[in-house]
Amino acid sequence: MAEILILAEHDGETVKKVTTELITLARRFGEPAVVWTGPGAEAGQARLAEFGAAKVYVAASPEYDEYVAAPKAELLAELAKQSSPAAILLPSTAEGREIGGRLAVKTGWGILTDVVGVGDDLSAEQANFGGAINVSSRVRAGTPIIAVRPNAVTPEPAPGAAVLEPVSLTVSDAAKQARITERVVQQRGERPELTEASIVVSGGRGVGSAENMALIESLADSLGAAVGASRAVTDAGWYPHQFQVGQTGKTVSPQLYVAVGISGAIQHRAGMQTSKTIMVVNKDPEAPIFELADFGVVGDLFKVVPQLVEEITKRTS
Amino acid sequence: MNIVVCVKQVPDTWSERTLRESDSTLDRDAADAVINELDEFAIEEGLRLAEAHGGEVTILSMGPERATEAIRKALSMGADKGVHLVDDALHGSDVLGTSAALATVLDQIGFDLVILGSESTDARTGVMAAMLSERLGVPQLSFASKVEIDGSSIRINRQADYGYDTVEGTLPAVLSVVEKINEPRYPSFKGIMAAKKKPVQTMSVADAGIDASSVGLENAASEVLSFAKRPPKQAGTIVPDDGDGGAKAAAFLADRKFI
Repeated sequence: MAEILILAEHDGETVKKVTTELITLARRFGEPAVVWTGPGAEAGQARLAEFGAAKVYVAASPEYDEYVAAPKAELLAELAKQSSPAAILLPSTAEGREIGGRLAVKTGWGILTDVVGVGDDLSAEQANFGGAINVSSRVRAGTPIIAVRPNAVTPEPAPGAAVLEPVSLTVSDAAKQARITERVVQQRGERPELTEASIVVSGGRGVGSAENMALIESLADSLGAAVGASRAVTDAGWYPHQFQVGQTGKTVSPQLYVAVGISGAIQHRAGMQTSKTIMVVNKDPEAPIFELADFGVVGDLFKVVPQLVEEITKRTS
Repeated sequence: MNIVVCVKQVPDTWSERTLRESDSTLDRDAADAVINELDEFAIEEGLRLAEAHGGEVTILSMGPERATEAIRKALSMGADKGVHLVDDALHGSDVLGTSAALATVLDQIGFDLVILGSESTDARTGVMAAMLSERLGVPQLSFASKVEIDGSSIRINRQADYGYDTVEGTLPAVLSVVEKINEPRYPSFKGIMAAKKKPVQTMSVADAGIDASSVGLENAASEVLSFAKRPPKQAGTIVPDDGDGGAKAAAFLADRKFI
């Protein structure tokens, strides 16, 4: 059975959920072979085995984390040359897509991004124009490079050997042009990452101020959710820009999306309308966001949300 | 400094966007055409860098005839000149073809810095800066929320989920920007009048020396098999808050096993 190369996302020890999703997906088409860059493969091995990785290529040089995208693209190109995989899967995150793009240029193989499903013939389902159109595409030149949106696949455990296979490649000088000199972490609390979270709670203009975003955070924390924001909120500086959900921000498709004080302009809908379940709290019954709601409350968010948090805490404690 | 800003004309997000039945490419006639919103931030950053460090801003756009509107808009914001890559042979190019075509033109016109919006609002692939960097063999400084240039050194804050990375490289380079980076200016009346007189060079595939077998729908490395409108969502339950809205919402979440 041909290999499916999967680029692992990890933080040096913990495997990110999207990686377990990609392994789960890959098992349908071939033998999942994970590519681990930088240190920490030993720490991540058990998790990769749990989801069925047959093999883990380990390029342990810390240099893979010291430069933007290019070293990982170079590594994937080299591994693909050696193992002739049936497909290469990456997470459709900002860097995942960039690595895929560079790999596509290096190899001339086609790339599909923001994929939400893969068929048995390796055709890919995409939700285009902010989820307005479902498109089925396929790569017709070379080995398909497929960037899969986090949360598109439900990870399912299945034991694998996850044999560590050291790779003795060095990063070329050509791939060392954009050097990462500092990492500044501004994560708030211990919340899950926005694009990976199974539940996202977002606040919009109706929240009214930076201070009031604490209300959105308290609802998110009661659900173990990530916090998102509409563009009105990030433009006003009430919440950091990297939490923006929408056309010019992140695209999310969690199991549950809770939109609080968000009117639902197309700009926002484009980033969240493929969410599986959508709940809305808004005082304006005419707000277009209600068109997407599985459940909606027309009311003052400053009354509804505190009561909701209290009820959730009561039910879960 | 020779700055080239790549600009894409896209269907307006606010109008209905779809694909053509005939060849599954973007239906450009169905929607109003506007400059890609994120490219406005790229133009603004180009103008600011030219103002601060001296130099010229060239707008490069690949697209049908109509894309000249996007170039004129950029010129009315203050850019100096435009290059319009226009050829029927480019129709239906995928990201590989588009990046090959743009890289060829960039090589030909020369640059110290290429600036792009971090993605287009229509295709949203977010790969163009990376692909141009790979093709041109220059540093990829993408998703920038802040840029500093000092001599031939360039440093950015690269936006990430966890915050940002500081990334450094040397010019020439490819830069892509996120909307946090600046506030794009509106064209002034004077700017709009001046833009009419600014030079816009049109180039065909042959003029630019682009390999015709690398572009166009026929040569795309990926293809659309089928597409369909997303079925409308079934109407949900909407309740007014009669003092128990939060409790009802909690009951819904419990019913759906979220709590």
